[in-house]
Amino acid sequence: MTATTVDTHAADHDDHDHGPTKGIGRWLFSTNHKDIGTMYLVFSLLMFFIGGSMAMVIRSELAIPGLQFVHPEFFNSMTTMHALIMVFGAVMPAFVGLANWMIPLMIGAPDMALPRMNNWSFWILPIAFGILLSTLFMPGGAPAGGWTMYPPLILQTGDAFPFLIFSVHLMGLSSIMGAINVIVTIINMRAPDMTLLKMPMFVWTWLITAYLLIAVMPVLAGAVTMLLTDQFFGTSFFLAAGGGDPVMFQHIFWFFGHPEVYIMILPAFGVVSEIIPTFARKKLFGHDSMVYAASCIAFLSFIVWAHHMFTVGMPLTGQLFFMFATMLIAVPTGVKIFNWVATMWRGSMTFETPMLFSLAFVFLFTIGGFSGLMLAIQPADVQYHDTYFVVAHFHYVLVPGSVFAIMAGAYYWLPKWTGHMYNETLGKLHFWMSTIFVNLTFFPQHFLGLAGMPRRIPDYSVQFADFNLVSSVGAIGFGLSQLIFVAVLLTAKKGAKATDRVWEGSHGLEWTVPSPAPWHTFTTPPKARIANESFE
Amino acid sequence: MSSEPKNNANRNLVLSLLVVVVGAFGFGYLLVPLYDVFCEITGFGGRTNTEAVAVTEAPDLDRDIRVEFVTTVNSYAPFEFAADADSMIVHPGQMYFATFTAKNMTGEDKVAMAVPSVAPVAAAEHFVKIECFCFNSQSFAASEERAMPLQFIVDPDLPDYVDTITLQYTFFDTARVASN
Repeated sequence: MTATTVDTHAADHDDHDHGPTKGIGRWLFSTNHKDIGTMYLVFSLLMFFIGGSMAMVIRSELAIPGLQFVHPEFFNSMTTMHALIMVFGAVMPAFVGLANWMIPLMIGAPDMALPRMNNWSFWILPIAFGILLSTLFMPGGAPAGGWTMYPPLILQTGDAFPFLIFSVHLMGLSSIMGAINVIVTIINMRAPDMTLLKMPMFVWTWLITAYLLIAVMPVLAGAVTMLLTDQFFGTSFFLAAGGGDPVMFQHIFWFFGHPEVYIMILPAFGVVSEIIPTFARKKLFGHDSMVYAASCIAFLSFIVWAHHMFTVGMPLTGQLFFMFATMLIAVPTGVKIFNWVATMWRGSMTFETPMLFSLAFVFLFTIGGFSGLMLAIQPADVQYHDTYFVVAHFHYVLVPGSVFAIMAGAYYWLPKWTGHMYNETLGKLHFWMSTIFVNLTFFPQHFLGLAGMPRRIPDYSVQFADFNLVSSVGAIGFGLSQLIFVAVLLTAKKGAKATDRVWEGSHGLEWTVPSPAPWHTFTTPPKARIANESFE
Repeated sequence: MSSEPKNNANRNLVLSLLVVVVGAFGFGYLLVPLYDVFCEITGFGGRTNTEAVAVTEAPDLDRDIRVEFVTTVNSYAPFEFAADADSMIVHPGQMYFATFTAKNMTGEDKVAMAVPSVAPVAAAEHFVKIECFCFNSQSFAASEERAMPLQFIVDPDLPDYVDTITLQYTFFDTARVASN
């Protein structure tokens, strides 16, 4: 398995009493938070490449007008599967992997609170995505009704339909179990003198994210269960002929869906809040206000869902409420952006790869935030709705947003995981290629959307041709650039030996354990104060 | 190994989090009746009355409202279905009749259901159907063609800025729903 790239160190560590078992059993039956974290991260990287290759199909088809390579039905399967795989298979498991690895190390706990459930929540994922990917080979093709699964269209899926629903159930189950584990670990297993407000930001944002997960993943499970019973058991939740209402699905889905987008960005805020202070060699500016801002964002995420469906025909008061509530989110988000900038202010900054990814995150995520504000303006949204402007918006917050933060975190903690410095030249090359190509891919899509090019359609009028070609070239370049990251991982153990501290300005408990982190850490609770003082 | 109090703390916290999970799953289902209540109160989603009501109001002969009829046949329903007149001018408070004609295009008996929706949303609760073929499912013999009546009043409380109301029907084959 590829999993061995990152983690072979644990096998040759001379910790004979508690060493891992040999062979595949180590991974199948693992209850060790570091091993499970590694599996999550490797799994999400694999899904990132599978979902990414689907994006390559989409961009190849859209490179020039007309139908080139694939049938429209298959094109729609690609957009649907790309989204499901990237959201539930790449971004979310990557953050759970980082949480598994780092939260116990950051709060001084020996492991996650519920190690056996941890094993389950990981191993459900390959099953869920095995089922989802198998739908590509089923009669009627893979789901093609969009990842939002709106009825009645999604009910026209072929044999894949029940498999889609079941795989979404499994993904939800995995997320819920992971979230419960994170909450119990953070609440019950912190080092004795680590009070809640002394917790590192990554731990804080994950605590909030975990609460969002247990509040909304069951709602998604309910919504897809209703789809299932509508299709097979004669209910009419969403069937107009039977007295149901298809628009109601959109309400229930987005009641889950909007908190879901913050589930994918709050841990990214946490990662960046760890990295920027390290490389600015200053304390995080306004730690407590960051906590309150993240909590505000989490609360607001529950009352803005209908901005995803401004065009369904809503009473004026509803439109106004959702418009203003959505714009309100810019306030706590702005607090975070300004705090990051203030952290860098007069810091002695250096620009190692994790810092570069974090800086790009702050700048490019803000672009995605601004286009989000434009979309929040209800009268303007009527024009933007379901165009490439929306595609540009959410890819800006997800790719140079969440994905860049995950990359930043991976580079930042990689020396702690492997015990060696990664190849900085390759890392910087990966960063610059990714940043150039991600903008080349998604920036022109703003213009396409404003000019009226609709989403989820494999063909377009000729006036959209030039920008689409630029976007496709960018996408292929971005996809290939990610292979550099694989090269970084493959050479991760070849670099110089990492110190315990790894980075000159790093602070926090995870940097007090040896590099690579031994298989078991903090079997006796540490003093959080020691780690804090080592910084101040 | 962990001490006893910690295990108890973990178990209690897990149990209370599981209560949240089960509650959230239930809340998803609770949204269904909540949504119905919400729609009935606000007319959201173009909901109009689906049962007969009696209205006695003095007609407002000075005000003309244009009522448009739009018909859609669900792609699985083997029917032809159209309004006999595309639109009519009405006075609020006065009762009107309109007729729709539907034809079963197959050689088998069919049961159909018409589902109404009114736009704009602000007009939905003021468009009052006294008698409508959409109140019940409609049985059609093989190849039967039939005129279907609608009797309605536009409530004089209709907001001033509304001068056009669109009534839209979608025609479904109920068998396709039941055995989907």
